[in-house]
Amino acid sequence: MLRALENPMAGALVAFEGRVRARHEGRAVDHLAYETFPAMAEAEGERIASEAINRFGLLDARIIHLVGAAAIGEAAVWVGVTSEHRQQAFHAAAWIMDTIKERLPVWKKETFADGTSEWVAPKTD
Amino acid sequence: MKTIHLLYFAFLREQAGTSSETIQTEAATILDLYHELTARHPFTLPSASLRAAIDNTYTPLSTPLTDETTIALIPPVSGG
Repeated sequence: MLRALENPMAGALVAFEGRVRARHEGRAVDHLAYETFPAMAEAEGERIASEAINRFGLLDARIIHLVGAAAIGEAAVWVGVTSEHRQQAFHAAAWIMDTIKERLPVWKKETFADGTSEWVAPKTD
Repeated sequence: MKTIHLLYFAFLREQAGTSSETIQTEAATILDLYHELTARHPFTLPSASLRAAIDNTYTPLSTPLTDETTIALIPPVSGG
């Protein structure tokens, strides 16, 4: 995916990887599972990437989200952006992550070490 | 009567006991339809937190229902 972002005009590449944390609100997490609405997640992901490109004047933006079971430490989401200068890329990567958490039709179910599981309420962190 | 195809995800899917269903309704809008559905399913999500999508695009809950539409009911997302 980094190779797909190769561009001789790019003075900056910012990549962000969101990983599965071992604790959620103080409780030990055993594993996660992500459910998605595949057709809409694809469409909404494309819209978020296009909006970021226009809004921040990026050269490119790519988003990948894991579907199904995810182990502790595994990357659940990957965002990569390129721009001429670093500021646009830093801001765009943060904006894309915020927007994913607000709009991408993906739902996280956490299974805790004690065997209980629950759908995660939306967060802004 | 309108025929509406519904898609459910995450806890709405679990509470509905199915990922999709087709229903007949006289409801005027998606919001009215959701209120109707809460009588059939033990949905706990307040309508203020619900979103809906048609053709893979978010649409307001005030959208009028038209016959043979597929509506995805989108509970609060938690990706990333």
